[in-house]
Amino acid sequence: MDQHSLLFQSMVYLAAAIVFVPLAKKMGLGAVLGYLIAGIIIGPSLLGFIGREGEDIMHFAEFGVVMMLFLIGIELEPALLWRLRSSILGLGGLQVVLSAAAIAGIAFLIGQPLNTSLALGMILSLSSTAIVLQTLNEKGWMGTSAGQSAFSVLLFQDIAVIPMLAIFPLLAGNAAPEATAHATSLRDNLPGWGQTLVVLGAVATIIIAGRYLVRPLMRIIARTRVRELFTATALLMVVAIAVLMNLVGLSSALGAFLGGVVLANSEYRHELESDIEPFKGLLLGLFFIAVGASIDFKLIMEQPWLIMGLVVGIMALKAIVLLMLGKIFKLSTDQNLLFAFALADIGEFAFVLLSFTHQTRLMSEEMTAMMTAVVAISMAMTPLIMLLYEKVIQPHYTRSEVKAEREADEINEKNAVIIAGFGRFGSMTGRFLRANGINATILDLDSDRVDALHNLGIKVYYGDASRYDLLAAAGAADAKMLIIATDHAEQTLEIVKIAQRYFPHLQLLVRAENNEDTFELMDLGVLHIYRETVDTSLRVGVDALRMLGTRAYHSERAARTFFRQDERSLKGLSALRDDKKQYISSMKERIDEMEKLITSDKIKTWVDEGQGWDPETLRDEIRGEKSDEA
Amino acid sequence: MARVLINFAHPALEKSRVHSQLLRVVKHIPGVTFNDLYEQYPDLDINVAREQQLLEQHDIIFMQHPFYWYSAPAIVKQWMDLVLEHGWAYGHKGKALTGKYFSNIISAGGSEHSYSLEGHHGHTIHDFLLPFIQTAKLCNMQYAAPFVLYGVHRQDLSDIQEDAAQLKQVLERLRDDKFDLTPLPGLANLNQLLQLPAQT
Repeated sequence: MDQHSLLFQSMVYLAAAIVFVPLAKKMGLGAVLGYLIAGIIIGPSLLGFIGREGEDIMHFAEFGVVMMLFLIGIELEPALLWRLRSSILGLGGLQVVLSAAAIAGIAFLIGQPLNTSLALGMILSLSSTAIVLQTLNEKGWMGTSAGQSAFSVLLFQDIAVIPMLAIFPLLAGNAAPEATAHATSLRDNLPGWGQTLVVLGAVATIIIAGRYLVRPLMRIIARTRVRELFTATALLMVVAIAVLMNLVGLSSALGAFLGGVVLANSEYRHELESDIEPFKGLLLGLFFIAVGASIDFKLIMEQPWLIMGLVVGIMALKAIVLLMLGKIFKLSTDQNLLFAFALADIGEFAFVLLSFTHQTRLMSEEMTAMMTAVVAISMAMTPLIMLLYEKVIQPHYTRSEVKAEREADEINEKNAVIIAGFGRFGSMTGRFLRANGINATILDLDSDRVDALHNLGIKVYYGDASRYDLLAAAGAADAKMLIIATDHAEQTLEIVKIAQRYFPHLQLLVRAENNEDTFELMDLGVLHIYRETVDTSLRVGVDALRMLGTRAYHSERAARTFFRQDERSLKGLSALRDDKKQYISSMKERIDEMEKLITSDKIKTWVDEGQGWDPETLRDEIRGEKSDEA
Repeated sequence: MARVLINFAHPALEKSRVHSQLLRVVKHIPGVTFNDLYEQYPDLDINVAREQQLLEQHDIIFMQHPFYWYSAPAIVKQWMDLVLEHGWAYGHKGKALTGKYFSNIISAGGSEHSYSLEGHHGHTIHDFLLPFIQTAKLCNMQYAAPFVLYGVHRQDLSDIQEDAAQLKQVLERLRDDKFDLTPLPGLANLNQLLQLPAQT
């Protein structure tokens, strides 16, 4: 029976995820919100497919957070971590201290006892690592300065949980019975110095094992050539770290992060990443569902205004603190807003800490229940707030600022040719033109590349070519042509649209990545489209034909004929495609397309071009005459 | 030993009956250099230095090609335009080719009779080859008689193979200096060389 219910539970969770996450994504709400909605709907408040055990599942699913931090660690070079040290300690430290102080102060002023106020302050100062990082990742904001700052703060918060757990029993005073959950920890029966030693020992164990044990172990596993053993090893590593950390009473998420950082430079890094990734994704999803399910609507309905007021008040307070800090740490306005919006929520550690305060009698049961609801609602609000930021606030600020916090360069040359994008594609074109005495004004959005080229003496201007003002500054009004060779199809389309709208006289020569991009560019009326791999693949084809014994000239001509034929077919397909545009990206559609192209390749006539060199008809005629004469 | 160079040009050899047979022979004669222009330069982008060097290294130079429209395939014109540079091949200082022999090995659809004053084309093959003859003269070379395969449209495989064997003999004898080369410009067709008494 138990098994059945486990299977049934799994089915409910998975089905809910599969139904609601794509729906949420389709509506532009993002995956995290989708999971939360799924949780609310299958939870006890609505459908009741899952009941009170939601909280147990949450504890289990918190392991997803552990895995996420392991993955973050493994993707993080220790050098980067070192570079972030000031923002982790400074920004993170100030955020926790100031938020905790502000919340505790207000709680005290409205009549809570001092120790309860302090506990509340500490609990509510934390933000949700899972939801914030997942949402930032999903929107591609991790690389922005706000993303980096948020990451630093979250990292500090994870560290801060440890002293908080240590302080709570002190706050509770003698009245508190020994915390049951905590009693299993190895540290408890040790004196102060012993505790420190145990903690240091645990951290050292992770570092040493990561450095010296993992590599030989992975090598042995690799030799067995049993694929799933790798997965097992990777999981074992993360689980072992979590167990060790629990044993000494530290945050397992933090331990996993440390383990990840230690392994960041190992050659098995990608292996580990790809093994853990799916587990992380599923468990995090489970976690978000559990958060959704744990929202107690009955409780909320009893005191809707009080609870909503608490949510809004706490988040507003945290946001104000964050905005101040962002200002001090010199974030630009839009980045600062993103930073504040992202971290204004209350994190999943609050659930742990709340149950802990309940055990230590720091808070009453009612209050714990109410605060749990507040925490869950604030977490559920985070993706919504981020959505609000993305749709309403961000558009007011220029795009380039969000992508990288660098101002566009001043441009002081005017050329007939402007090249947007100087990567492997544009640089070839640019070099060729330069070799032929044509100077081009070059724009690129990769600041590292701009600097590197600058050091080589090549003038490349940093800036987003899809901005009107930058194109104007690059002399688009007087230029003859714009060569668009950016890496991203979306950006290419943006630039084309801006150029067509404001500089219609410009000849556009546009790089396209694949057939779909080509179609989109055709729809925009672009005449000169260059599919990026076509020429190279045909050159391979020509060489292959030659090596197989076909005459060089014939091979070249065949390639050119094939190319023309292909362009023609593509134009034909583009016309056909107009009726059913929305399906074009599906795989089946792409295969259909390929099939049509291949069928058109079979048209025999193109092989027989060059009739003038092969006067078979003439030969027949002459031979006919001969037989006539005879 | 005379050094013989054949500059070959056929844009569609895979369809050719005549030249594919000739190549079976001329490609493998020791001491005769075979230079396949379309194979070397499928994009018509001729390496002038290489071609000039080849010319300098040889005494007798043939252009082998089908006789398209009373002339040669496009790459031969491109080759002449680019390789026979002023100051190298002709002009006051252009003496690089002095004393060499130049000629064509060509296949023509019409019969020998059709290439005569009273024939279908109204002119001899030498009349049509005038640009080559005069080019040779300007470049201080002697124009030798062309090796012409007439009426190839009517020829069967065995006829062509016979011509190929003749061509082989001519080339070998030229290579081995078996002829007195002074009468060469006077011949109507180079295969007549085979009827001349061999030098000892």
